[in-house]
Amino acid sequence: MATPLEITVNGKRHPVQATPDTPLLYVLRNELNLQGPRFGCGLSQCGACTVHRDGVAIRSCVTPVSAVAQAEVTTLEGLADTYPASKGQAEHLHPVQQAFVDEQAAQCGYCINAWIMTAAALLREKPDATEEQIRQGLSGLKCRCGTHMSVLRAVRRAAKAMAAA
Amino acid sequence: MDNLSVQRKGVSRREFLAASGALVISFGLPQAARAQQAAQGAAPWPAKVAPEWLDSWLAVMPDGRVVASVGKIEAGMGIGTAFAQIVADELDVPMSRVSIHMGDTATTVDQRGTGSSNGIMKGGAALRKAGAQARHALLAMASQKLGAPVDQLAVEDGVVSVRGDSSRSVSYGDLIGGKQFELNMDAKARAKDASQYKLVGKPVPRFDIPPKVAGRYTYLVDHKVPGMLHGRVIRPPEAGAQLQGVEPGQKLPGLVKVVTQGNFVGVVCEREEQAVQAARELKVNWSSPEPMFSKSYDDLYATLRSGKVKESKTKDKVGDVDAAIAGAAKVLEAEYDYPFQSHACMGPGCAVADVTSQRAEVWAGGQKPYPLRNAVAEMLQMKPEQVRVSWMPGPGSYGMNDADDAAMDAVLLSRAVGRPVRVQYMRHDGIAWDPKGPPISFRMRAALDDKGQVQAFEYEARGYSGRVRPSGTDNAGDTLSAQLIGGAKAASTEKDQFSDESYEFPNKRKISHLLEWRQSLPTGLRTAHLRDPDGMATCFASESFIDELAAQVGADPVAFRLQHLKDPRDKAVVEAVAKKAGWDPRPSPKRGQKGPEVTGRGIAYAPRNGSIVALVAEVKVNKETGKFRVTRFVVAHDCGFVVNPLNLAGTIEANLMMGMSRAMYEAVRFSPTKVESVDWISYPIVDITDAPDTVDIVMVDNRPEAKSLGAGEPTIRPVAAVIANALFDATGVRIRRVPFTPEALKQAFQQQAAST
Repeated sequence: MATPLEITVNGKRHPVQATPDTPLLYVLRNELNLQGPRFGCGLSQCGACTVHRDGVAIRSCVTPVSAVAQAEVTTLEGLADTYPASKGQAEHLHPVQQAFVDEQAAQCGYCINAWIMTAAALLREKPDATEEQIRQGLSGLKCRCGTHMSVLRAVRRAAKAMAAA
Repeated sequence: MDNLSVQRKGVSRREFLAASGALVISFGLPQAARAQQAAQGAAPWPAKVAPEWLDSWLAVMPDGRVVASVGKIEAGMGIGTAFAQIVADELDVPMSRVSIHMGDTATTVDQRGTGSSNGIMKGGAALRKAGAQARHALLAMASQKLGAPVDQLAVEDGVVSVRGDSSRSVSYGDLIGGKQFELNMDAKARAKDASQYKLVGKPVPRFDIPPKVAGRYTYLVDHKVPGMLHGRVIRPPEAGAQLQGVEPGQKLPGLVKVVTQGNFVGVVCEREEQAVQAARELKVNWSSPEPMFSKSYDDLYATLRSGKVKESKTKDKVGDVDAAIAGAAKVLEAEYDYPFQSHACMGPGCAVADVTSQRAEVWAGGQKPYPLRNAVAEMLQMKPEQVRVSWMPGPGSYGMNDADDAAMDAVLLSRAVGRPVRVQYMRHDGIAWDPKGPPISFRMRAALDDKGQVQAFEYEARGYSGRVRPSGTDNAGDTLSAQLIGGAKAASTEKDQFSDESYEFPNKRKISHLLEWRQSLPTGLRTAHLRDPDGMATCFASESFIDELAAQVGADPVAFRLQHLKDPRDKAVVEAVAKKAGWDPRPSPKRGQKGPEVTGRGIAYAPRNGSIVALVAEVKVNKETGKFRVTRFVVAHDCGFVVNPLNLAGTIEANLMMGMSRAMYEAVRFSPTKVESVDWISYPIVDITDAPDTVDIVMVDNRPEAKSLGAGEPTIRPVAAVIANALFDATGVRIRRVPFTPEALKQAFQQQAAST
């Protein structure tokens, strides 16, 4: 029998019971009981399932769990820990998360993981992203409630906060 | 786990049950009701949570925390926070000590759930009354305990003290914590005067957003029950296809059971990914049915225009429209079309059910858990008190989405395997099979005299009722699974499709014709309530045509509206939006624009159940590509007194974006045999690159004395109309069919170029 699969999520190693071709999303939600990434489409079309693989935003609904065996996976729950300045703070939020609170950028919030995880990866890559780059970087993510304008305000605010940090 | 757990203060279910009216089951009910309950035997849950009982609405914990219970749900617009503001203000407790408990049929009063943007009107009003009465009762208790008359008492942060002697004080928790008021609701209990509000009317941040950004908010999809299995459904490949059989002996990983009943097919597996695979790979044989749908939208609208009418209604009849049209110097006529639209929720339907022979417990995400309990009881041939439906937060539902269908599917699968089952639909189930907003075709006519005065205005709508699939699931037959099983009747009703406006013309008539569409019930084109049911469509026709009239007579669109509007509140909102927008009075279209890039602005307004919204949109259009952007929205909004302006601004913006989505992109695609919109590629919605650069909002009549009216839906109503009017202003081309896709616009612009 092959060595059981293990994955590293939010800094911890976890054995995986699912078969290697199982989408990472189901392992995160049902084996690790994580609630940040959610099922939206299973087709990589909406972003609700977004996680970071070594800091890069990927869609966990179409990523086989075996594909992240050698990687560091971060979910919404672990995002704050990836940003040193937010460690140890009372609220302990990543600046993007904090900006979403400050801008009240949610309605139902089912898609909020998509925006926060994608924006955090985007601003890590392009800390001085322009309005156009923010819009293009977030393009394709879906929000049915229509929170897009508050999302844009939140991401602009986060960019400023991170530039000032 | 229940929805208390997602609120800010983690009051546990046990604590709550110990202190609240939820204990009516054992001792809270008045004597007569208790005897009646005993006679019925040991049903697991109460048949009814008594609305006349104060303890049904409000409980004070031993430590002074307050739990308010309400028969509404949080649809994502922050109503939980608004409820907490109301309760905290009435009781003089900090908001941080208020939890809101919603949508559990066993422990909250049946207010039928949420719909028609009535959460604040109905739920808020009930909680205000309960809070007011509880405060009076607590003051009376404190008066006795402290030996001081009530008028010498003051309350701060849930502590009652004697004015001028703060050493004499007692907290709510000490007065009643963990015990019941044992009081009937007193209709005469006086609520606070609005001038005393400290929280209501203020921009209080929502308490559900911090846990949402951190992944700590528990949605229905996160709910897990010990021993739970995973289910998925397999729908007929074509509308009306009959199940011929499931090939026997199929081996699929983790498969526990294939459940079939009539044309309902579901699989239950040990693990979620196994259920996904099983639903995808199971070999199922279906018949090839006769086509049930039209060939195209052209065909559908032709059918609506010429098909047999089942029911007609007339409204707002003034004078003699036919005579006015016969004698008119000029008759203006235009036809408008509005398509099928999907709820297309961010998460497809999900539910968890645990069914035994004695009882059924269901966790569901729809807006109306109370009627759903009856439907589940009917399906299981149980009494309602043997069924408990607990609402948990889902994705924004925006009407009668697929949540209740998923609940019934979970019930069927759990019953079949005798274990708890969680069902989550796949994306194709969510878009191809959710109940749809109905299509409507309109014919508008007006008569002008030789001076260019409008002498007659006629509105005529022909569509499918938005309640073919009813707006609440009172009956098993209202669900898709029961329709696929066959034999159950849905409580379909005819809902007329009228625009709301207060225009005065010498002759006026509005007619709504409905065509039969109940044959759609077992299909993905059955029609139901979608945010502001019919409102976007009816306003699109009416407010576009008003704009056509203004253009016809060479009038400024705002001035033309103000000239003909009757209701002073409507006028005030139109005036407010024009003022905020810096509206430049002139007729449409805008003259003298050169080149492919043109700009324009439009106005539209709509009343909705007492609330009124007027919008101005500014657009930038490329006439070569057919692409356009709304660069700015201006909103004037009158919903009376605003409980939370911060929160309302968010809900208004979200309405604008969803409205843009439906106006610009959304039409459910179908072939004669099936729905072809199955994902976000085949059912595109608005993108963040479409977001306007600015939105300006002005509140009208936001006075503490003005009654708070609904605000969850009014803003979406005029969005298609205002964009169409702005497109006309920019291009001189009138777009009369939703959605305004680049292909449709390009074609319209080319036709215009060819004809001039």
